[in-house]
Amino acid sequence: MRVLYFAWVRQKVGVAEEEVAPPPEVRDVAGLIAWLSARSPGHAAAFAQARQVRAAVNQEFAAPGAPVGPGDEVAFFPPVTGG
Amino acid sequence: MSGAVVPTVRVQEVPFDLAAESAALTQGRVDVGGLASFVGLCRADDGLAALVLEHYPGMTERAITAIAEQACARWPLTGCTVIHRHGRLEPGAPIVLVLTASSHRAAALESCAFLIDWLKTRAPFWKREEFAGGAERWVEAKAEDDAAAARWGEAEAARRGDAEAARRGGAT
Repeated sequence: MRVLYFAWVRQKVGVAEEEVAPPPEVRDVAGLIAWLSARSPGHAAAFAQARQVRAAVNQEFAAPGAPVGPGDEVAFFPPVTGG
Repeated sequence: MSGAVVPTVRVQEVPFDLAAESAALTQGRVDVGGLASFVGLCRADDGLAALVLEHYPGMTERAITAIAEQACARWPLTGCTVIHRHGRLEPGAPIVLVLTASSHRAAALESCAFLIDWLKTRAPFWKREEFAGGAERWVEAKAEDDAAAARWGEAEAARRGDAEAARRGGAT
């Protein structure tokens, strides 16, 4: 699974992307956040205020309950501020 | 005007040419009665030195195209162009261009406003402000931008998100 980070989420995690292999019990976006948070203090800091983090699965906005699995591209980022 | 118009969407670092893009939507045709344009510019708030726009290559183009296709489906447009810049932009620099053409003004004006409202809440861009002296901060999303998008109806964008989540078997 490829995980991407953007904006301040990227800065806190410390990398823009990483390949991860979460255990099978990680089934959705919320579960992935919980699992990633334990990887490093940077990850923990990035996800500390989970309500301020948005997600996309395979480049579509995704809710916390959206399923994730091997081969997916999952991105985490703050609420968008374009336009 | 039969069949949905295919919107032109570009995400780029270089500036855009409003006159050239406008001409591209009107040249050689006689069915366009109105062309609406919106240009978003970098504003120098609080001693801002520059805005740095980060985006999600791939998803950005997909998200903007999805919003533009909704506009083309909802209004009888003859043409639609959205160009969004990324990278470092100084005060006064153009950031985003929305062009909508239609036989009648209401469709052009309304769809142009719809597009910029939805771009603000659905296109994966993040603005970082750089100030003279070296301070910097990430721009926070504004509740009024969500409200501006919501006035168009919880619209196709949200419905699309629901459909996607449902297709994947997830909750919304």
